[in-house]
Amino acid sequence: MTATLVEEVPAHDAGTSRTPRRRRARTGLPLRGASGTSLGVIVIWMSLLVLLPLAAVVGKAFGSGWHDFWSSITSSTTADALKLTVGLAVAVSLVNAVMGTLVAWVLVRDRPRGAGIFELVIDIPFALPTIVAGVVTLAIYGSKGIGPNLFGTRLGIFVALLFVTLPFTVRTVQPVLVDLDRDAEQAAASLGARPQTVFRRIVFPQILPAVVSGATLSFARALGEFGSLVLIASNIPHKTLIASALIYGKLQETTASAEQQAAAIATVLLVASAVVLVVLDLIQRRIARRG
Amino acid sequence: MADSALIGTPAGTLRRDGPSRARRRERASATTLGLRTVALFYVTILVLVPVCVLAYRALKPGLGAFFTSLNDPAAQHAFQVTAVVALVSVLIDTVFGVAVAILLVRYRFPGRRLLSALIDLPIAVSPIVVGLALVLVYSPTGWFGPFEQSHGIVIINAKPGMILATVFVSLPLVARAVIPVLEQVGTEQDQAAASLGAHAFTRFIRITLPTIRIALAYGVVLALARCIGEYGAVLVISGNISGQTQTAPLLIGDDFQNFEQDQGYAIAFVLVLIALVAILLGAFIRRRQKRGT
Repeated sequence: MTATLVEEVPAHDAGTSRTPRRRRARTGLPLRGASGTSLGVIVIWMSLLVLLPLAAVVGKAFGSGWHDFWSSITSSTTADALKLTVGLAVAVSLVNAVMGTLVAWVLVRDRPRGAGIFELVIDIPFALPTIVAGVVTLAIYGSKGIGPNLFGTRLGIFVALLFVTLPFTVRTVQPVLVDLDRDAEQAAASLGARPQTVFRRIVFPQILPAVVSGATLSFARALGEFGSLVLIASNIPHKTLIASALIYGKLQETTASAEQQAAAIATVLLVASAVVLVVLDLIQRRIARRG
Repeated sequence: MADSALIGTPAGTLRRDGPSRARRRERASATTLGLRTVALFYVTILVLVPVCVLAYRALKPGLGAFFTSLNDPAAQHAFQVTAVVALVSVLIDTVFGVAVAILLVRYRFPGRRLLSALIDLPIAVSPIVVGLALVLVYSPTGWFGPFEQSHGIVIINAKPGMILATVFVSLPLVARAVIPVLEQVGTEQDQAAASLGAHAFTRFIRITLPTIRIALAYGVVLALARCIGEYGAVLVISGNISGQTQTAPLLIGDDFQNFEQDQGYAIAFVLVLIALVAILLGAFIRRRQKRGT
């Protein structure tokens, strides 16, 4: 971090007349006048909208001491809800890593008839409101649905999560597959490598960062998902109660201790989100360094 | 450019590689066919079939009943609230997104990387946590509660709070759509105009805005879809009061909890149609973007 900062300053000071061929993102104008004012406005807005509220959550969680925080998140209902949420999120991101990559592969390399329609279908889970995703799941897997009854089961939650996270891996892997230089693949194939070997030794290493970042995004989404799960989950403690639903339940209790407990669970989710962002940033920097 | 476009299409690859490749394709076709079947089956079962079933359930009671469900006063009001909150939020998203994108791409300042990371944060935060966070700061018992009460400002259980929550969850969409284009075009034209004495505002309207307009339109469509559909964050902060702060997504949730499935399915179907329009619009814009560059 400090190394990159040190690097970019002389690059700019060397003079704007010399066209900076290295990396455009590294250069930039110093702030003055209008741009300085707009940065000020943005910083204030970000503080009021994002920073202060998130600080309030952490402050509330630890407001009555470390001990209360710890007992809030280790009570049996909460611990089970957190375990279930993390477990489901891991499972969902693993399935997405495999199926998302497969779907992206078929859409880019195979391109069967009707692929254009499937391109649009992939975007549906992103564009649909989460509660509508819940209704869609209910229409199939609800107690009056046309499919198997998954109401109030972990499998029902799992299917709903797969629905809302489908686009992540597909959309991160797809552009990388499109840009992939096929010379190496063709060379390997002409030397007699089997298609599986070509995929494993040549394609897979190149798309791996995209697969990981797609899976990480699905993980983050699954961790915090609420709207698509409220209708199917039925929030049975120790069985189908997930972290977000538990926080919402605590907020309905309107006691001070319930609010503190809600904030404590929320803090755990926030820390997980922060970890996810750091992982994504590391992956992106690795890609940037290579490309 | 033309070369990479050729590689992208299967017809192009066939032409390039000649008959030997075509034969190999035939031999590999069992695997290809298997993979294709699995992938398309997965997407069909997971997304396509459920959405069709939803449409069927919404229209099953008949078109008359469908429109009666939608004409119900609570539903009408919910759609109005949704429209107002979504439009104001998208407007804020647009102004903020463009400003942040320009700052991040064209200027250097301390904390630039931090700001870039911060605008991505909302994607990774649970909507319920967003709601809780805003309540802790803006509710009457929250940090700013006394200030709000002494100035007669109502945020929680009212539209301002709902807009805050909606802007929070859709924060990065516009900026992330615009940033790559700004990075690509660079600042040469802008600097040329500046050296000729053009004012910052003129440069923005005449140079920056036309170059980013397609990307901006894409970001706005994404943000609008997100703002119309927000559930968790708005649920926590709006109080979900029927006829006052209830949005269409919130009403759907209530409908299914109160066994009024028909109305729930009807409103959900309307939101599906809106989402489909957004997807088609997005695809159209992206195609123009590809042609433009």
